[in-house]
Amino acid sequence: MTTTMEEAAATTTAATTATRTATADRTAEKMIVFEDVSKFYGEILGVNRVNLSIAPGITSLVGPNGSGKTTLMNLMTGLLKPTRGRISVLGTSPDQPEELFRKVGYCAQFDSFPRGATGREFIEFYLRTHGASRRALENLTHQALERVSMLDAADRKVAGYSKGMRQRIRLAQSIAHNPAVLILDEPLNGLDPMARAEIIRLFRQLAAEGLYLIISSHILHEVDMMSDSVVLLNNGYVVAEGNVHGVRDEIEEHPMQILIRCDRPQLLAARVFEQDGVVEARLHDDKQGLFVKTRRPDEFYLLLNRVVLDGDLKVESVAPADDDLNAVYQYLISSDGGR
Amino acid sequence: MSSHIDSAGATAAATRTLPWGLWAQQTLGILRLELRKNFLSRRALLIYLLAGLPVFMLFLLAILPPDFDDWRNFSGLSEVFSMIYNTLILRAVVFFGCAWIFMNLFRGEVVDRSLHYYFLSPIRREVLVVGKYLSGLVTAIVLFGLTTLLSLFMLYFPRFSAESTRYFFEGAGGKQALIYLGITTLAVIGYGAIFLIVGLFFRNPIIPALLIYGWEWINFLLPPLFKKVSVIHYLHSLMPVPMNDGPFAVMAEPTPAWLSVPSLLVFTLIVLALAGYHTRRMEISYVGD
Repeated sequence: MTTTMEEAAATTTAATTATRTATADRTAEKMIVFEDVSKFYGEILGVNRVNLSIAPGITSLVGPNGSGKTTLMNLMTGLLKPTRGRISVLGTSPDQPEELFRKVGYCAQFDSFPRGATGREFIEFYLRTHGASRRALENLTHQALERVSMLDAADRKVAGYSKGMRQRIRLAQSIAHNPAVLILDEPLNGLDPMARAEIIRLFRQLAAEGLYLIISSHILHEVDMMSDSVVLLNNGYVVAEGNVHGVRDEIEEHPMQILIRCDRPQLLAARVFEQDGVVEARLHDDKQGLFVKTRRPDEFYLLLNRVVLDGDLKVESVAPADDDLNAVYQYLISSDGGR
Repeated sequence: MSSHIDSAGATAAATRTLPWGLWAQQTLGILRLELRKNFLSRRALLIYLLAGLPVFMLFLLAILPPDFDDWRNFSGLSEVFSMIYNTLILRAVVFFGCAWIFMNLFRGEVVDRSLHYYFLSPIRREVLVVGKYLSGLVTAIVLFGLTTLLSLFMLYFPRFSAESTRYFFEGAGGKQALIYLGITTLAVIGYGAIFLIVGLFFRNPIIPALLIYGWEWINFLLPPLFKKVSVIHYLHSLMPVPMNDGPFAVMAEPTPAWLSVPSLLVFTLIVLALAGYHTRRMEISYVGD
């Protein structure tokens, strides 16, 4: 009897494990997954112990030069092999380019092209490797060129393009086969403001269509504007990941800065120190506002409500002064020190 | 949008059932692009100069003939050509031409920072190796085959046009020309495979190329066993008119054609398999290249 029960328990455990594995596999097929990935260039660290799961939408990789953004992208696309760990892009290993690049488009940062090619030929050659028919090839090339507004210049040699045009033709090449995952290394570099706005609109449109967009950028306010989530990198380590505001909330040890525009900031300054969490209060230069640094913003907002209800203060606006990506990033790398 | 993804998906599904068809299509695509680069890029200029060198020299010699017996007599020309072919065409033009063409197939793209376009496409790396190698073969065979034929023409026809016409179209000359063409083709196949892999393995392939050149050049001095570890030994075995290697040469039995041709082809296949294996594991960072 005991043996039978033990056998039944073992069977149940095995079944549970198998179910969990199957569920994990199904999840992996819908995500871009890094499992404990490290990459060393000899003794130089590229990235270390990266664990990430990237869902559909726009995910931005943010960090200074040398932080590991391009390394992560190159690992995802098989241009580099991880020293340790495992990567899966919608269930496909980057070791299988023949499968991977049917799902993935990568607009790399390398500003070089096959010699003598026109923009159209550049895209057509790439599509030919997918086995596209002549008609499909022409249609897909046309659509890709149209999406990046390069139809007029398509038959000119790439060598004669401006930097912005070269950037756009690379983007067209990476989206031409309609990939499910689009990886873009500094895609806004060299674009004028109009083109930037146009390309950001295109990214949003692609994300709305269900694509996975992974974008690296130095231009934080643009990343802030368009990203669904961010991965902050420094010295090869992921220092934070998730929604921009969520990441901000995670940094509990760092006080949040709030700007209160009001008629009597001095009075407010005197009241805010009733709270333990407030670490600094500073008058705005125009004397019409107060910057407050607090470790407990929720309690501070309650206090502010009380002061207003007491009728002592007329508040014009209340806004976080450091809830953008730039501030979050500065906090993280200064407090983290790159580990 | 989704319809295009479907079309790509349909293609992917088709490729799972018919991979050879897709591989052939991809190889042709690579061949087309690479041939354009091989023939029309600035790098091709050196190959044109190299391929034209023997023809130009023989043209000058046809205008200003040297004063020695073999040159003056029609019967001595086959030995003169054997010497020119062995020392100039095979050991210099074909050898260095192949080195330049095949080493640049991958190394040149790394230097130009354009190899990633191939690596970011749904092409098996082995298919890429085959496509690039075939493009090198076509380029080298066309150019150096023309060099071989035009050199024969320049040596024979300007001074002995009537005898040469009879010799090539009625006598043994036609067969000899075809054998020389065959040797050029085999040389390109063998040296091509070697230099393809040298270009893959070495960041600066000039030094290994010179070492291989030295080994091939001193082949006539090597003991019979070592002679067989070279391409030139098998090519020499096929020569229609054997060349005298001089008094210091170590004599060895020539390898028969039925053995030397398959040996070269098997060697080439092994080298290509190694190149495919290496390319499958290759990384691109362009740092320091």
